Amino acid sequence: MSNIPGDLKYTSSHEWVREESENIITIGITDFAQEQLGDVVFVDLPEEGTEVTAGDSIAVVESVKAASDIYAPATGTVIEINETLVDSPELVNEDPYENGWFFKIQLAEGEAAEDLMDAESYQDQCSD
Amino acid sequence: MSLTLKRTPLYSSHIDSQAKMVDFGGWEMPIHYGSQVKEHEAVRAGAGMFDVSHMTVVDVEGKDSKAFLQKLLANDVDKLKIEGKALYSGMLNPQGGVIDDLICYLTDYGYRLVVNCATREKDLNWINQQAADYSVTISERPQLAMIAIQGPEAIEKCCSVVLEMADTIKSLAIFQGKFCQDWYIARTGYTGEDGLEIMLPDTQAAEFWSKLKNAGVHPCGLGARDTLRLEAGMNLYGNDMDESVSPLESGMGWTIAWEPVGRDFIGRSALEQQKQAGVSYKLTGLVLEERGIMRPHQTVHFSHTEVTGEITSGSFSPTLGISIAFARVPADAAGTCHVDIRGKRIQARIVKLPFVRAGKKVFE
Repeated sequence: MSNIPGDLKYTSSHEWVREESENIITIGITDFAQEQLGDVVFVDLPEEGTEVTAGDSIAVVESVKAASDIYAPATGTVIEINETLVDSPELVNEDPYENGWFFKIQLAEGEAAEDLMDAESYQDQCSD
Repeated sequence: MSLTLKRTPLYSSHIDSQAKMVDFGGWEMPIHYGSQVKEHEAVRAGAGMFDVSHMTVVDVEGKDSKAFLQKLLANDVDKLKIEGKALYSGMLNPQGGVIDDLICYLTDYGYRLVVNCATREKDLNWINQQAADYSVTISERPQLAMIAIQGPEAIEKCCSVVLEMADTIKSLAIFQGKFCQDWYIARTGYTGEDGLEIMLPDTQAAEFWSKLKNAGVHPCGLGARDTLRLEAGMNLYGNDMDESVSPLESGMGWTIAWEPVGRDFIGRSALEQQKQAGVSYKLTGLVLEERGIMRPHQTVHFSHTEVTGEITSGSFSPTLGISIAFARVPADAAGTCHVDIRGKRIQARIVKLPFVRAGKKVFE
């Protein structure tokens, strides 16, 4: 059974979102997603400073078997990326919610990370 | 998952080992048992085993067996002089396209063919259709399970669990098979390592699998099988070759026996015409020089020509830590090229296959 922490929010495309402060969020992929992907061998991250719109494909995670897009869950600016993943992409498998995070977004003014699922709803989606 | 998927006699063994199961050509098969990369490494460093019971075993018997296979196959079964010796061949259509690739063993009753699972129906139809003019009997052997044990320690570990068969196993030359009671044991494989492929009664498969596991042979899924064969430079039907492309452009030129000139195998005249006209493409190896992963159907660009190539198989190489691929490229291509990976052109280099032999990098 996948680990789905109760203090995070989730997208239908299997990103998790942690609200760090009122306008900064951290994004990664869920335990369920990393299990489905298998061994992650490459992560293509956006550049810091990139302006993103909710729903944009802004990163790619590649496992041995497939490539998957990572979508921005909200509109804003990428302010930090997890450069450790460049040399240690396996952290996405080993520690998806902590050391395996992908990037942080500063939300645009008036933006909020809304329309996200809570853990229970995401659990339901994964069980379907 | 559809209830109509077929299961091998090892299905329960896979579930017991926490396999992730997928639909593979209508069969419910293990893709990995937790980590495809660890399974790959187990085969390169020690011993791994694969359930390949979904593959199709077909026996050819009767007085015309040899003549029939000399017509059916692009390679020449007359090269098989010792019982058990195996031959890799394409089975072509009259246009020279590849219907399937297979291994053919010489047996005391005739020949044993091992063909791919996804092409089973098409292959059997074609084989039976061509057999009509010959005095041969074609018999599928669905009651046989098949387990591949591969890696530098594969033979030693296998012998330790079937002591009574150890002498037979140790007597096998590379690319040779022998019957041992009702088992057929062949020193063949698809990983670039030494090892065995064993056909045995389906009722005995789970116990044998369990013994191998207890002896330290790592269960490996189809995922590791794919990266291992890619590193070893081995073609995969449906990716690197199919009915629409000539074997001369699929890295299979070496499997065509042109001699004797009088042997009129199916597809010969089409291939001769192609050869005379000159083939436009070749299948080669690619190594990515920057970060990224090459995947099938990505386009390959060259500086010397507008003609592009295409990746036919591509993945991450666990042994080398970089992305490797097979690509069908213009026949005169050499040196560097660029692969279009999700809209970005990433530099790659053409290299000679294989990428890995006996666990070590071999290309320059």
